[in-house]
Amino acid sequence: MKQIAGINDFVVKFANVNGSGSASANHLFAKAIFRMGIPVSPRNIFPSNIQGLPTWYEVRVSSKGYLGRRGGVDLMLSVNPQSMEKDVASVEPGGYFVYDSTKPLAPDLKRDDIFYFGVPLTEMCMREYPNPRLQQLLKNVVYVGALAALLDIEFSILKNLLNDQFKGKEKLISSNVHALEMGYQFASENFKCPLPIRLQRGGNVAPHILESEHILMNGNTAAALGAIYGGATVAAWYPITPSTSVIDAFAKYAERLRIDPGTGKKNFAVVQAEDELAAMGMVVGACWNGARAFTATSGPGLSLMSEFLGLAYFAEVPVVLIDVQRSGPSTGMPTRSQQSDILAAAYASHGDTKQVLLFPATPRECFDMTVQSFDLAEQLQTPVIMMSDLDLGMNDWMSPPLEWDDSYQMDRGKVLDAKGLDAVGEWGRYMDVDGDGIPYRTLPGAHPTKGAYFTRGSSKNEMAVYSELGEDYVQNMDRLLRKFETAKSYVPKPKTHPPIAVKKPKTKLRLGALFFGTSASPAYEAVEMLAEEGYPIDTMRIRAFPFHISLDAFIHDHDQIFMIEQNRDGQMRRLIINECEIPPGKLTAVLNYSGTPITARAIADQIRQTLNTKSGDVVPLRKETA
Amino acid sequence: MSYLMPKFRHPNLPKNDLGLTIADYDGSISTLCAGCGHDSISAAIQNACFLSSIPPHRIAKLSGIGCSSKMPTYFLSKSHGFNSVHGRMPSVATGASLANRDLTYIGVSGDGDTASIGMGQFIHLIRRNVNMTYIVANNGCYGLTKGQDSATADLGSVSKYGVANPFDGIDLAGLALLQGASFVGRSFSGDKEQLEPLIRAAMAHKGFAFIDVVSPCVTFNNHVGSSKSYSETRNHLDAMPLDFVPMREEISTQYDAGTTQGVTLHDGSVIHLRKANSDYQTDDRNAALNSVQIAKDEGKILTGLLYLDPNSQNLSQNLKLATKPLNALDKDDLCPGSRVLNSINEGLR
Repeated sequence: MKQIAGINDFVVKFANVNGSGSASANHLFAKAIFRMGIPVSPRNIFPSNIQGLPTWYEVRVSSKGYLGRRGGVDLMLSVNPQSMEKDVASVEPGGYFVYDSTKPLAPDLKRDDIFYFGVPLTEMCMREYPNPRLQQLLKNVVYVGALAALLDIEFSILKNLLNDQFKGKEKLISSNVHALEMGYQFASENFKCPLPIRLQRGGNVAPHILESEHILMNGNTAAALGAIYGGATVAAWYPITPSTSVIDAFAKYAERLRIDPGTGKKNFAVVQAEDELAAMGMVVGACWNGARAFTATSGPGLSLMSEFLGLAYFAEVPVVLIDVQRSGPSTGMPTRSQQSDILAAAYASHGDTKQVLLFPATPRECFDMTVQSFDLAEQLQTPVIMMSDLDLGMNDWMSPPLEWDDSYQMDRGKVLDAKGLDAVGEWGRYMDVDGDGIPYRTLPGAHPTKGAYFTRGSSKNEMAVYSELGEDYVQNMDRLLRKFETAKSYVPKPKTHPPIAVKKPKTKLRLGALFFGTSASPAYEAVEMLAEEGYPIDTMRIRAFPFHISLDAFIHDHDQIFMIEQNRDGQMRRLIINECEIPPGKLTAVLNYSGTPITARAIADQIRQTLNTKSGDVVPLRKETA
Repeated sequence: MSYLMPKFRHPNLPKNDLGLTIADYDGSISTLCAGCGHDSISAAIQNACFLSSIPPHRIAKLSGIGCSSKMPTYFLSKSHGFNSVHGRMPSVATGASLANRDLTYIGVSGDGDTASIGMGQFIHLIRRNVNMTYIVANNGCYGLTKGQDSATADLGSVSKYGVANPFDGIDLAGLALLQGASFVGRSFSGDKEQLEPLIRAAMAHKGFAFIDVVSPCVTFNNHVGSSKSYSETRNHLDAMPLDFVPMREEISTQYDAGTTQGVTLHDGSVIHLRKANSDYQTDDRNAALNSVQIAKDEGKILTGLLYLDPNSQNLSQNLKLATKPLNALDKDDLCPGSRVLNSINEGLR
C-alpha cells in the first residue's frame, strides 16, 4: 500500500469535541506552519453549540499558496469518539489516522488502506497532571507535539508561540512546553518520523510567497481595522454569528487607538442595540447627522435591516453594512459558510431598490474595502454592503500585510457646509446639479437659515418637499437609477489574470470562469488543475455590484462561462442575468451549498462534468418532472 | 381648513434673546384635520423653542410614521427633520444623538408608532437615556388608516366602529416611569398653559424627557363613548399647573411664598409647580407611579411633571464620548496612520 507523500502539500484535519480547549492548540499547530514560511490555511468547521458537539479544524498546507479548500483529508487527528467512524472514512487512501490509543480502537474503525498512529493521550496526561482541567487541555497540546514530530514542525517555533501566548505566566508556559515535548518524544520513539507528508522551510514554496512578509489574520478583524482607519465613529450592532467578531475587534482596537489623549474620552461609540432593526436605525441616524457609522450582521439581520436599507436608499443616507454571510434561509446552519445573501442584499427592501455591494476575497481586501465603503457610501449617499462570509470572516487567512497610505483623505462626498450654502444660489436636496444623479446634502446644525430640509421615506420633489405627483416620483426614481450608473465607475473593478498557457487544448470553446469572495481561491486552483488537463479557462473575479462594463464584455467574449458560487440558486448568476445584456444560457452554475467552503476539486469536477457532456448538452439547472 | 399659509405677520412681533420672532420658528402649513389636537402640540413646541431661545438650526426633529409623525413638518422649517420608518424613530434619534451630542433633539411620535410597532425601540430608548425630548401625541386610535383602536385605547372606550375596546390600554407615562425614564410628564393638547412650560423643561433636561400628550382625534375618536375625546379629557383632567423659568430669568422671577415649589434642572433653570399641587414630589419615582395609578383608578388623567431626575447620566455621558461631537472629528482624530498599522501587522506574524 502506497503512503500519501508530499512536501508542504497536504490536508490535516482535527476532529475534536467542542469546548474542550482544542481551538487554541489547533491554532498553535497552524501558526507554527505559518511561521515556517509555508502557506497554510486553517478552517474551523464548528457547530452552533458551546460545548459537547463534534467540531473540526482543517489545515491546508500548499507550497503554491492555494488558500482555498482542496478537498479530501491526508491526515486525520481524531480525539472525538462521536465522529470517529466518519472521520476514519474521510481519510484518503494511503493517508494517516492519528488517535488517542488509551483505549483500543474499535475493530470496525480499522481500514486496511490507511496508516494508524495511536498516541495514548489520555493516559499520558492522567499520569503527568493531577488537575483534571489540565489533563483535558494539555491533551490537545500533546497531540500537537506528536504531530510536530510526524510532520517535522520546527520545535523552537512552537515553543516561541507558547511564550508569546502565555507571556508572563511562566507556569503555563512550562506545563505547555512539557506537554509538547511529551507528545514529540512519544512520536519520535514509536513512529518513523517524519511521515512522507511533511513540512520543509523554504523547499518548494512558491517564490512570490517566500519574498513577501505575510500576516495571518481573519477577515472580521481586518474589516474592523478598516472601520477604524476609515474613520467610523459609531458602531451599532446586534450580536449574531458569524459577524460578532467584527464589532468585538472594532471595540478592542478603538479602546486602544481612539481614546482622546487630552481627556481620556472616547472618539467612538459602540452600542449593542436591541435588535438588528435598531442597529441599522442607529447607523442611519448617525450617518444622516454626519458621522461615519456602520453595523455588521449576518443573514437574519440583513432581513430585519431591509426596511431601513430601503429608507436609506430612497432618502439617500450613506450607510455601511458588513454582511458576514452564513447558511440560510432562516436560522439555517448558523455556523456554516455560504454566499447566499447576494440577491437579498442587492435588492434589499421593498419597491425598486438596488444596493451597492462589495465582495472581498482576502483579509487585505476586507480592510481596504471597508475603508472604501465609507468613502463610497458618502460619495454616493447610499448604503454600501460589504459581502464577506463566515469562511473569510472567522478563519485565519495568510494575507499580504495591511497597508496604509498616510496621504489618505476621507471623501465625505457632496456635503454643503455653511460656506458652501452661502456660495450656492438655489439649493434643493434632491437636485441633480452635476448630472451624475448625486445631489448635494447638508447636515443638521450647519447654517442658521439655509440648508434645512426634511428627510423622509415618502416621495418628494427636488426641493425635498412631500409630493405625490407622479412626475416628481418618476424624476426622483430615474435620478436614483442614474446615480447607480455613476456607481459603476466608483466601485472596485473586476480582476482578471493573463490566461494560463495550455499545450494542445482539448476544446475550441472559449471558456471563462466567474467567481467572487471566498470562491476565488479554490476557483483559481481548479482552473490551474483544468489547464493542466488541456482546458484553458479565462477568469474574472467580480468585486462589486453594480457590475463594471468589463463583465458584460467578458461574457460576450466567451462561449461558455462557469459561474462559481456558494449557494443553491446561483444567485450571482441570476443577478448577472438580471442586470447585464447577456444570453443566460452562456452561464453555467458551479455550486456548493453544503455549508463547508467549496473545494478546488469540487469545482474542477463540476466543470469537467459539464465539458465532458456532449456539446450543447449543458447540465440542466432545473430538473424536468417525469 | 386652509391650504395657503398666511404670509402676514405683525410687524412688531416680540423677539426672544436671539432676536428672533415666533415667525422664525414657523413650519409648513398643517395638513392634519381641522381641530386636530396635534396642531396644538406643534404650536406648543414652536412656542417653547421660541421662548427658550433655541436657535432653530440647532434643533433636529425626528418622527416615525402616522398622523403624529407628520407634525415635525408643521413647526421649525429651519431645523433639519427626519420622518423615518414606523416605530423606529428611537433608533434613528439614538444614532443622531451619538453623532452630534450638541444639538437639541425633538422626537414626535404617536400611540401606534410608540406603543405598538415601536414599543421595543421606545423601551430601549428610555433604558439608554438618550438626551432628547420625546413627545407622544396620544389619541388612542390609528388616524391614517381610519380609526382602528391603538394599544393606548382605554378599556371599554368605544371606537368609531361602535365596539368597546376589550383590552386594557398601555399607559405610556406609567411605563416610562417603571423603565427608569429620567423625565416623565403628561399633558393635554388643549392645555397650552401646562404643555408649553413642560416642553421647555423637557428640552432643558439633559437626558431622556418623555411627555405623553392626550391629543384627541377629531375625526375618528371624538365621539360619545370614547375616553380620549376632547370633552372626556377635559372633564377628567387632574392638572398640575407649572411654570418654566430659564436660569437667566430665575433671579428676577418672584413667587409668593408657599404658593409654589421649585424644581431645579441641571442647567440651573427651574420648574415651578403651582398652587394646590405644590406638595407633589417630582423626585420620587414610586410616588409618581402611585399617583398615576390612583388617578387612573379614580377615572382621572393626572397631568403635569410626574417625575424628574435632573442628575441622571445620559447616553453620551455613559459612553464617555468625547466632548467634541463625533461628526466633527477629523482624520487626525480618527485615523491611527501607517506606523500603527505596521505594528499591528507585526503582531499578526
